[in-house]
Amino acid sequence: MADARAQVIGESRWGGGLAPYAIGSKKFGMWLFVISDALTFSALLVAYSYVRLASPQWPTPFPFSPAIIYATLMTFFLLSSSLTMVLAVSAAHRGEHRRAVGWLLGTMAGGTAFIALHLREWLHLIHEGLRPWQTPWADWPNTPLFGGSFFGLTGLHMLHVAIGVVYLGVIAYGFGRRKFSSEDVEVSGLYWHFVDLVWMFIFPLIYLLSVRMA
Amino acid sequence: MSGTASAGHTQAGSRLYVWVWGWLLAFTGVEVYLAYLHLPVPLMLVLLMGLSVIKGGLIVAYFMHLRFERFSLFLTLIPALVFSICIILIFFFPDSLRLNELGPALR
Repeated sequence: MADARAQVIGESRWGGGLAPYAIGSKKFGMWLFVISDALTFSALLVAYSYVRLASPQWPTPFPFSPAIIYATLMTFFLLSSSLTMVLAVSAAHRGEHRRAVGWLLGTMAGGTAFIALHLREWLHLIHEGLRPWQTPWADWPNTPLFGGSFFGLTGLHMLHVAIGVVYLGVIAYGFGRRKFSSEDVEVSGLYWHFVDLVWMFIFPLIYLLSVRMA
Repeated sequence: MSGTASAGHTQAGSRLYVWVWGWLLAFTGVEVYLAYLHLPVPLMLVLLMGLSVIKGGLIVAYFMHLRFERFSLFLTLIPALVFSICIILIFFFPDSLRLNELGPALR
């Protein structure tokens, strides 16, 4: 009876059957998380844009060297780590464990380089006197929200990258020891690409719209 | 295990991923170039966000393999997200611009 019902549903015009998305529950769960986290970042980015448009002036403190060069390098590292991540997923699906773990380690290296450069940028700005509640620049007085939005947005993103590096480390260890499946690698890839995707919006909004013109 | 996505992986191949990566880097280069043109902020915002949406689309479609998944997954996830973001934008942005115009009067 149950088999007959499943067959009828499976052969319906909808074609969804009992697995309408034809993906595993882990992957679907990660997709739902990604969408909800995308809304979190969207709300923050809209709030940042709101504050920026509603403020009579806004600091443009990032010189080409080193800030924009570093931020562009960070983008390069994240994009490249996404490339190594898809290659890791491909290798995992082919059952090439050693190669998949190698690509995962490469992805972690890209993420770590991103965090290192970002922390260097943070320390530089903190040394200049930037705080979440105040800006140190005489050219742009009374713009305390710059610090709050900068540290809030980039900090939340950096936290995501740091969690991603640890997550990929766990997955690499488990997949290398045959404890995790290729689906686990693919699910971790979804998370990693999402972190990359968010940076594609933070980089232009925070950095490129605040470049210091010569 | 998702057979569809695995098939997508096999079909796509490494060369496609390298192409997408190259395009993403190229778009990033264009964004950095645009930042140094003396354009009005609203126009700059539209151009940069337009390029970012294209980059995001490439990442979701190819790196996250949504292009190789069932269309039902796309329909479940993306329209709701886009709708929610549009609602946030529609309700908030006119207010931020109005605040800017009222700024001198309020100070």
